[in-house]
Amino acid sequence: MKELRSLKALFYLIPALVMMAGFPVSLAAQEHNTTHQETSQTTGQEAHADSTSAGHGTDMHGDTAHEAHACHFHGDVVETEYDATSTAFHHISDANVYSIGSFNFPLPCILYAKGHGWDVFSSGKFNFDFFGHGEGRTAYNQYVLDAGAVKRIQDASFPSGEIALEGFIHENKVVDGENKEISYACYQGKHYLLESQSTADGGLFGGGITSFYDFSLTKNVVTMLLISLLLAWAFFSIAKAYRTRDNMAPKGLQSFVEPIFLFIQDEVAKPFLGHKWEKFLPLLLSLFFFILGLNLFGQIPFLGGSNVTGNLGFTAVLALITFIVVTINGNKHYWSHIVWMPGVPAIIKILILTPVEILGMFIKPFTLMLRLFANITAGHIVVMAFVGLIFMFGKLGESIAGGVVGAVVSIPLTIFIMAIELLVAFIQAYVFTLLTASYIGAATEEHHHAEKH
Amino acid sequence: MDLFFLSEFTVARPGIGLLFWTTIIFIAFWVMVGKFAFRPIKDALKKREDDIQSALDEAKKAKEEMAQLNNDNQRLLNEAREERAKLLREAKLTGDHLITEARDKAKLEAQKIVADARQEIENQKNKAIVEVKNQVGQMSIDIAEKLIRQQMGQTQEQKNLVDKLVNDIKLS
Repeated sequence: MKELRSLKALFYLIPALVMMAGFPVSLAAQEHNTTHQETSQTTGQEAHADSTSAGHGTDMHGDTAHEAHACHFHGDVVETEYDATSTAFHHISDANVYSIGSFNFPLPCILYAKGHGWDVFSSGKFNFDFFGHGEGRTAYNQYVLDAGAVKRIQDASFPSGEIALEGFIHENKVVDGENKEISYACYQGKHYLLESQSTADGGLFGGGITSFYDFSLTKNVVTMLLISLLLAWAFFSIAKAYRTRDNMAPKGLQSFVEPIFLFIQDEVAKPFLGHKWEKFLPLLLSLFFFILGLNLFGQIPFLGGSNVTGNLGFTAVLALITFIVVTINGNKHYWSHIVWMPGVPAIIKILILTPVEILGMFIKPFTLMLRLFANITAGHIVVMAFVGLIFMFGKLGESIAGGVVGAVVSIPLTIFIMAIELLVAFIQAYVFTLLTASYIGAATEEHHHAEKH
Repeated sequence: MDLFFLSEFTVARPGIGLLFWTTIIFIAFWVMVGKFAFRPIKDALKKREDDIQSALDEAKKAKEEMAQLNNDNQRLLNEAREERAKLLREAKLTGDHLITEARDKAKLEAQKIVADARQEIENQKNKAIVEVKNQVGQMSIDIAEKLIRQQMGQTQEQKNLVDKLVNDIKLS
């Protein structure tokens, strides 16, 4: 209990210290940026004017559209307008940098490219700004850090090792009716096309398999590790307490977790799983506490605000695990109801029931995946939108009065939404667990009235 | 639109690396914490539940036993009370009987004593009469002797007198 209290103190202390230290530094950094901006802007323009189409990667932007774009680093540009969408999307994204307040901590990058092999290095090699948005001024082994993610220069003519870049260009292009963002890295007056990491969305959300895979310990992975270790420590000590304090009333952390534990056991596992509840209880509890811990951790401001449970990758894995557990444990009754529902005419079975049931098998975990993802992501976006009101009204610090008005409007709204998000953190963890239990329950249920069908 | 590049909705694109790490971390968490924490906690809770249930059952059983015992006690008490009443009744009867008997006996005894006394009195009386008679006889003889001694002259008269005397002396 004592350790927990000191841990709690750290939870408050770190953000407080960070805010105190980070605020003056960020002001200084902004000042520095304004002076730097002019020179950078001009060199960017020159580079752009000199640029010739070199390499197949740069062929794509010979049009007039890119006249408006210039090679620059985002950190060098003084923003004139607050872009709420970008800020919100940036905040919910995964990153290769862990930001606590204004401090950016580099994380290990583990990258694999076909025909290139493995690259393992710190994201500090990208030379990102102290006060920046995870944008690296240096390329390393043809990898760059752009818009908070590692990207790869496909062009083989780009030199390996640490190469100082001149900036990035971002364009929006309509490809096959879809709006696509295309990024270029500028080096020696040339524009090199950047490729994002391989994603498993099958091109549905603008991703797909590309030339490299990013196995980096990103912000989300580090958060997951942290939370799983924290939970493991907590539960190991609770288990120890049950061992040593046998036949005694629960105490401290033990008595805090016990009602939640019993709630999952008695209200979720037992009603849905019948006498098999003991077999699946560890999975249900793992799901519940893992999701809950990450949901809650994501709500804490200044601690990275990791949006792990609001990332489709994370929810997809959990949903896939549910799907696998359900499929492996499905009994004869379950499969017969999917493939050949007893007591229904064959023509209906073939035409409607079997296809629907087979689709349902996949739709169930799919909805699990989307529900958690959408709820948590939406919560983060709404909070970011309300906080963004302050900057919108304040015109990024130009209008103090506007900022005050924005704060008066947005602070109560943000507090309200954060309170709701706290509730949502519990509800979504509970719903995910409950539905998993019900799917497993449906797959393992033994019908005693089978002859009725 | 210079800043629009940031607005990529990357959270909807599950990166291969994130999928990989999530799988590893979650399964490790599931296996380790499930095996070394959730299972022991579940067992401990179950054991405690069983303990509480058995304690409750025992308490219920003890209560039932107590009630049974109480019932028995009550029954015994009632029986004892009845027994006592019966004994008392019997004792009273016996006592009464004894008293009556004693009284009868005493009465009989008394009657007997009285009868004996009466007999004795009668005997004594007879004895006394006999003695008196004897005395009277003696005295008569003495008187007669004296008379005879004095009046031996008048023989007829004497004889008449003797006869009269003898007739007068009637034995009761």
